[in-house]
Amino acid sequence: MSAYSPLTPAQRDDLRAIAGAIIPASMEFDVPGADDPAIQADIVATLGRDTGLVREALDGLARLAGSPLAGLDPARREAVALELRAKGGAAVATLTRVVLQCYYRDDRVVRSLGLEPRPPYPKGHVLEDGDWSLLDPVRARPPMWRRA
Amino acid sequence: MDYEGRARCINLGHCTPACAQGAKASTDITYWPAARRAGVELRTHCRVREITTNAHGMAAGVVYYDADGREQFQAAEVVVLACNGVGTPRLLLNSASGHFPNGLANSSGLVGKNLMFHPYAQVYGYVAEETDSNRAPPTCLWSKEFYETDRSRGFVRGYTFQFGRGVGPVAEAVASEAKGLLPWGAGHHAAFRRLNGHRLGLSAICEDLPEEHNRVTLDPVMKDSHGIPAPRIDYRIGENTARMMEHGIAHAKKILAAAEATDICVNSPILYGGWHLLGTARMGADPARSVVNEWGRSHDVKNLFIVDGSLFVTSGGVNPTSTIQALALYIADQMKQRLANLFD
Repeated sequence: MSAYSPLTPAQRDDLRAIAGAIIPASMEFDVPGADDPAIQADIVATLGRDTGLVREALDGLARLAGSPLAGLDPARREAVALELRAKGGAAVATLTRVVLQCYYRDDRVVRSLGLEPRPPYPKGHVLEDGDWSLLDPVRARPPMWRRA
Repeated sequence: MDYEGRARCINLGHCTPACAQGAKASTDITYWPAARRAGVELRTHCRVREITTNAHGMAAGVVYYDADGREQFQAAEVVVLACNGVGTPRLLLNSASGHFPNGLANSSGLVGKNLMFHPYAQVYGYVAEETDSNRAPPTCLWSKEFYETDRSRGFVRGYTFQFGRGVGPVAEAVASEAKGLLPWGAGHHAAFRRLNGHRLGLSAICEDLPEEHNRVTLDPVMKDSHGIPAPRIDYRIGENTARMMEHGIAHAKKILAAAEATDICVNSPILYGGWHLLGTARMGADPARSVVNEWGRSHDVKNLFIVDGSLFVTSGGVNPTSTIQALALYIADQMKQRLANLFD
């Protein structure tokens, strides 16, 4: 028995293709694209209340493409992606947001940004002290406020 | 450093919703434990429908729905409201009766009127240095340079500048894509690395002024899940506040230019913050121009007190929680000191 998916197989294919068009893999930065299977699985598993608008965006994408996006040649795929972005609206914004949020919480991507893939608690972060002497002129000047 | 039983800050970076370290001086740590040790009983998941009054026009208690949705009555010698600038007028207006046909404590007609917020004019840009992004308290510096009235600026009162160090990768990606700074396709990764962790922003927290047309009333149709009439909010940003916001944007851009920031973005007003609920049960000595007196007691109902943001006469150009806490403590002290003749 297959797991429930909020998207049809065709919608999942288009989601994978448009996500890869938004964020392609990069050898230069050693990161996967947003069409990576783990990132795709995260997107589909966490759609939640965004499902309706994402479906709407994918339906719009299918109409623009006229055929499965993945089947188009790269130039046509990019043109359709840019047309979708230019079209805008709540559905496209939601689709873009879910792709970005799942991509930028992927451990491989987080590491590539020089960050540790972990929650902030309990380790916290150690920051270098700033240059507190920058505030010396502020401390030296008379009050600018009105005494009540 | 550790302080009064609270652990030291370890720069978790998510101060606003909560602090897992317990370092933030939020009321769940500072006030509630002490109050419960002193005997206060906290009933959660309850919703008050109305304050009832007796034949003498004094508050008799409250009718509320408990966690199981059952209607309950709690008798009270004194009722203290802390529901803030929307909840307090909603409850007072929902407590209308034969004795108080226009709502409780509303002989002035000002319950619900003069609603004020803090419209934030936010400006940010990107600098070459790393800004520690979300690895520490998100707001880190404040300036009162434009706080006091200077009529040459074209408005009265002023604003606090609040500086922020940026956001985490997800928030940065979503915001900068929406602003058109982050491209789709081949240029995406290089652009994101230039933006992420390099944001420098500031917001003008503008002191909104009271205008009676900005108000909370009862919605004639909408009700909550208990059937209690919902609040309806009518508000528009006034001319004085709008000029203040424009001034803040202009000066924020100057500051960012001096810091050599690029890709300047403006959000004014911001959608997700600054909508502090203030001013709808204002404090004052004149019963015709205020809802409570100068120590928080209703002019009309002498055992009814208000200790929240609805007391504010102007909004103050700063986040209001500390002032609300100070007012609540002040009013509690007044009640203790005046105990012998509290209802005179």
